Amino acid sequence: MAGEHPTPDASPQGMRRRRFLGYLLAAPTLAVAAQVGAGAANPGTASAVVPSLPGPADILDLGDALTLAAAPTANLITITIERDGTATFAVPRAEVGQGITTTVAMLIAEELDLPLDKVNVPLADARPELVFNQLTGGSNSVRSLYDPVRTAAAIARARLLATAAARWNVDVGALSVRAGVVIGPNGQQADYGSLTEAAASTSTEQVSAEPKPPGQFTLVGTPQSRIDALEAVTGKKQFTMDLRVPGAKPTMVCRPPTINGTVRAVHNAAEVEAMPGITDVTVISTGVAVRGETFGQCIDAVRALRVDWGPGTVDGESDETVLSKLKAATLPAAVPPLLTKSLDAEFVFDFSSNSALETNCAIADVRADRAEIWSGLKSPIVAQEQIAARLGLPVSAVKVHVVTGGGSFGRKLFSDAALEAAEISRKIGKPVKLMWHRADDSRHGRAHPMSVSRIRANYSAGNVVSFEHRHTSVETDFGHGLGEILTSVAARLPVGDVSFSQTVFLLSQSNPYHLGATTQTLNEVPLKFHTGSMRNVYSPNVVCARELVIDALAEKLGKDPVAFRRELLKEDRFRAVLDKLVEVGEWGRPMPEGTAQGVGFHLEYKSVSAVLVEIDCRPETVNREIRDAVTGPRVTKAVGVVDAGLPINPRGLEAQMIGCINDGIALALTSSLHVEDGLPLEASWDNYFYTRQWNTPPEMRVVVMPPTTGVPGGAGELGVASSLAAVASAYGRATATMPTRFPINHATLSFEPKPKVPPVPASPVDGLKYAQ
Amino acid sequence: MPQHTFTVNGEQVTVDAEDNVRLLWVLRDLLGITGPKYGCGINVCKACTSHINGKAFNPCAVPVSKIKPSDEITTIEGVADPDTGELHPMQQAWLERDVSQCGYCQPGQIMAAIAKVRKVKAEGREISDADLDEIRNICRCGTYSRIREAIKSAAEKM
Repeated sequence: MAGEHPTPDASPQGMRRRRFLGYLLAAPTLAVAAQVGAGAANPGTASAVVPSLPGPADILDLGDALTLAAAPTANLITITIERDGTATFAVPRAEVGQGITTTVAMLIAEELDLPLDKVNVPLADARPELVFNQLTGGSNSVRSLYDPVRTAAAIARARLLATAAARWNVDVGALSVRAGVVIGPNGQQADYGSLTEAAASTSTEQVSAEPKPPGQFTLVGTPQSRIDALEAVTGKKQFTMDLRVPGAKPTMVCRPPTINGTVRAVHNAAEVEAMPGITDVTVISTGVAVRGETFGQCIDAVRALRVDWGPGTVDGESDETVLSKLKAATLPAAVPPLLTKSLDAEFVFDFSSNSALETNCAIADVRADRAEIWSGLKSPIVAQEQIAARLGLPVSAVKVHVVTGGGSFGRKLFSDAALEAAEISRKIGKPVKLMWHRADDSRHGRAHPMSVSRIRANYSAGNVVSFEHRHTSVETDFGHGLGEILTSVAARLPVGDVSFSQTVFLLSQSNPYHLGATTQTLNEVPLKFHTGSMRNVYSPNVVCARELVIDALAEKLGKDPVAFRRELLKEDRFRAVLDKLVEVGEWGRPMPEGTAQGVGFHLEYKSVSAVLVEIDCRPETVNREIRDAVTGPRVTKAVGVVDAGLPINPRGLEAQMIGCINDGIALALTSSLHVEDGLPLEASWDNYFYTRQWNTPPEMRVVVMPPTTGVPGGAGELGVASSLAAVASAYGRATATMPTRFPINHATLSFEPKPKVPPVPASPVDGLKYAQ
Repeated sequence: MPQHTFTVNGEQVTVDAEDNVRLLWVLRDLLGITGPKYGCGINVCKACTSHINGKAFNPCAVPVSKIKPSDEITTIEGVADPDTGELHPMQQAWLERDVSQCGYCQPGQIMAAIAKVRKVKAEGREISDADLDEIRNICRCGTYSRIREAIKSAAEKM
């Protein structure tokens, strides 16, 4: 087992220099490896000093749990130095827009003193031997890869230097490295590429290395542009549907009018199969698949199919039936308001959709004895195992390629399209390029479930003495394998015997405030919708409810809401973030009537984020009209401040915060699914109102705090919760009424629902009319 | 099967396709031009935004039979200088602001932005926040503010 070995000497910056174990691998050029998980977990370091009883997430949060779960099963991740002097590392994670490839490339470039553009970071195929170590989620990628990647790179650097030293017969200490070139004491120069064969090892052996302490970083911590930016702006960046796999023709599925409905009979399969361009029509477990020369012809074929559908799993359910089940299941508050005053509040959060712009899609080529799959997958090993099981093939006969994804927001944790594509390819005996129509993605894709958050806060003599938070949700599906990991970890936690979901909930819900006796619980209602983790999972709803109650308590106690938060915050590090927000966001500046500021604060993944927004709720703004659009209140300014412990790439972190802020605005104001008779009514982007240019703040500013903890916290999603809370708070202040159901326009159906049969709309023919 | 002839990214192409197949699928599935992306198929998300004779349009909503032999279609693959390969100022601005996150909508965003700036300039105006508010392209990663900065910056160089 590799492990962490602290050395007694400290770096000049006072940062403890740590020694890690890794491997030299037997290979033709220099190849080095380290174990994922080794030394990466730091339970307790961030929040161990809180004076009050810490919550479970303070002791060991979700990221720590994932990291710890990885350690005993970890296998090797490998960096190779190529003959052209570049370094290659196939990252066992999915790049879905969060910038993980750029971040990892920066860590490698830093350690090797190599220019960033000389580091290649492709996505690794599914590697079953990595077991728990190939899951992209919980903002855990950087946290779990930080030490192993640096360790491997440090071993490579040391080996290359040793090789040069031997070649020149000089002391290693006399060498330096500049941009991937080793420089000797007499001006000798050797590029890494010229050293890699000599540096290669003939046997695999364990070695140790000391990665640079953060104080010596020159690249990490500086703003860098994404390594895939040029491909993105030239149209060369390839997503799954852009790949050309021989024989894999466009394929779509005609889906039922209720979630999980099944096919009873198809009345016109032969007729549809004879339509222009169509090659195949076949019944599968989720509907009727059609394959053809173009997706346009598949859309026509799907619309032409006449199918008898059997019932689904939630046919009788609509928004109001689900809500009444949630309310009935919400546990009552337990602390009676004796000798104290009490504040009770209840909030409802409607279904919302992670809806990446790239719809669910996958390519599958299934043969009698093997299968090959291409898809954007955040849990590719689970996909590989499930596909193998369904096809009756050994896991080793199923090759799963992870393709760069066009957004995820949690959606790609599930492999719905990959499983379906494999089923269709097996059924018709041909390769398929399966793409879900947007309508399918909206109605049958994964959604963040509806939830009810109930809070009772008791206060006395200017202090909050108890805070009970009861969160009740339609069950969230963690069937992508996260559950497995957490079960193994949960037994070691001081949280007792709880379900997967409760474990995720307890591990992710840190409370940054001293609120007296604090309890947070999750209760789930088992309804079989297609659910999943959406960016920031439970936190947006839980934190929005908490922050609104903090606002309400401040008002009851006659305190400024920001000054009140400052009083309650548990750590100086948190207060520094809030203070920066107050300064940059100009908290408290005079605002015209009908406009207001709001703040939200959130602690998660060992990172802290705070957001301030200004909102305009005046009638002339709210009622502005834009064709086929929802306008409403406008967030005119947003300021985000983030402390991610040790920011690797501030430019990337800023980008993630900007995205989180737009997510929070959508969740607060406009974006939700309306479920009616077992199916969401929303069937496209003209129904599901994610933030658009006319909703986004014209003024946006993000501040990345300097390093605080010395280790990277999670960064990809934590701003969603603080943003939703800030917008909700500002809206409440501007309208003088605390909102209690989100998004605030949910009660108004702002569109005419598209038909449920046929399941997808026809493509328009009048596009030239709008050319401008 | 009917044949259709038109110009794409400076090259004349002839393609066999049924008249009603939307141009997006002719580009992507038959010609292998994959810069324009599918996001909705009903002219809402604008991920497939390309140019026809210099104007922004959405090929998902145009049957190929409506494209005339004299029509010039430009996709993201065709906006860089064909001779020097130099990127369009809008692409440059996108790189300078590091706009793209997942990148899926960005070809359409850039094509819409170029047409928007051209239109505003033709009207003899400077690009304003109100102009930017009219852009309908969805970015689910929420890169909107960097898009706005990039467009304003590129407009000065176009």
